[in-house]
Amino acid sequence: MILERYRGLIDSFDAFRDACDRPLPSVVRVNTLKASIERVERALADGGYAYEQCSWYPELLRLSTDTPGNSWPYVHGWIYGQEEVSALPARVLSPSAGDRVLDACAAPGSKTTQLGALMDDRGTLIANDANLGRLSALRTNAQRCGVTNLIVNSADAQTLSLAPFGGEPFDHALVDVPCSCEGTIRKNPTALEDWDIDHVRGLSGIQRGILRRAIQATRAGGTVVYSTCTFAPEENEAVLDAVLETERCRIVPFETQLDTRPGVTEWEDKTYDQSVENARRIYPHLNDTGGFFCAKLEVTGE
Amino acid sequence: MRSNVGEQFSRVPATDADRAVEGRPTRNEVLSFWEDRYGIPPGVFEAHRFWEKGSGKLWAFSGDAPEGTEVEALGITFLRVRQEHWKPTTDAVQRFGRHATQNVITVDAETARRFIAGEDQPVDWDGEWGYLIVAHELADVREPIGVGLYLHGELRSQIPKGRQRSV
Repeated sequence: MILERYRGLIDSFDAFRDACDRPLPSVVRVNTLKASIERVERALADGGYAYEQCSWYPELLRLSTDTPGNSWPYVHGWIYGQEEVSALPARVLSPSAGDRVLDACAAPGSKTTQLGALMDDRGTLIANDANLGRLSALRTNAQRCGVTNLIVNSADAQTLSLAPFGGEPFDHALVDVPCSCEGTIRKNPTALEDWDIDHVRGLSGIQRGILRRAIQATRAGGTVVYSTCTFAPEENEAVLDAVLETERCRIVPFETQLDTRPGVTEWEDKTYDQSVENARRIYPHLNDTGGFFCAKLEVTGE
Repeated sequence: MRSNVGEQFSRVPATDADRAVEGRPTRNEVLSFWEDRYGIPPGVFEAHRFWEKGSGKLWAFSGDAPEGTEVEALGITFLRVRQEHWKPTTDAVQRFGRHATQNVITVDAETARRFIAGEDQPVDWDGEWGYLIVAHELADVREPIGVGLYLHGELRSQIPKGRQRSV
């Protein structure tokens, strides 16, 4: 079993394994561009749906149904189905109305639409993705949510050109990279079937390229948030460690009410820069969510 | 005059005097359309600029982008022009339709369910024919669902296939 390789990293490994075998609760995020939390709660209650608010993020509601897509609040773009823990990185990035923000690997758009709401639909939000099929889903989702400050672009994020957006650097960038998705095992029980160490290493190279380019495209003083939904240090701390060597940035701590563990500085025969401990690992048993990794980087002048 | 370039986004000109591409509507014409047909005041669109990509498809975008940019989308699709009757999109109506005061038909729960499923159905309406904003009550407030074409006593759902749902 692939997850055995993480036994040494995780305290209460049995609880971790048990959590990985349980299905995930269905969660939606209130799209505040179109409706208040109160109005969504009212519409859900009128429609006969039971819900529970997530304490760390009031816009997130755990629902009693697995098909929120067939509800009026969904039709109107008042809610968006989003795994609870995946709401963390946009919240850590915390863009302001009027900012210029890049979502480097944006499809299918849960974090993009969340960023649009955090920006109150002002400023400019650039959603990029290399995969045209997935971009089509992003466009539909963003339109349903009424995000009008959005540019949708199709390019390889490792070589992203700023020209289509006017050439100015970004204030902030969200880098939620393609990964081996080990942390989605609760949603997708076959997630680990095709796991392969060579695939993980290949992804690690792509992830470094994407994160490097995002840092280069962000102004000094700006913020870059790096996230994955996987446990493999090769795709998490190793990527941060490599990028620290070559790019003008540092890893900074961030606050969250979620229960988390620090990034690891040692894995197999490798050691990583001490500051990767500022990144946060989230295991499924800690908050009854999927697995996740999130780091906040500050772009420095030199 | 230049012709429209299908792969690029171009700003809709403010007035006739600024018009560089033949047939492209002006911002003033677009604002007048929403105000005359649906009673939506021009101030509602103050933060938005209108862009055209392809012939006759307008987008509403509140961010910054360079003229002629070749990207997949700028904001939301908004209005189909260059046909006799301009047609608002579902997304535009859901985003801006709350401000409408006329040519809005508020339907009951069963009619709303059939409308979002894409069905055509008879309705009582003694107003104008053509594209109406179809709304229903949700959480005690009127909420626009999409566009219906009213002709001969029948409301024809214009909800795109991908947005149709059985609620």
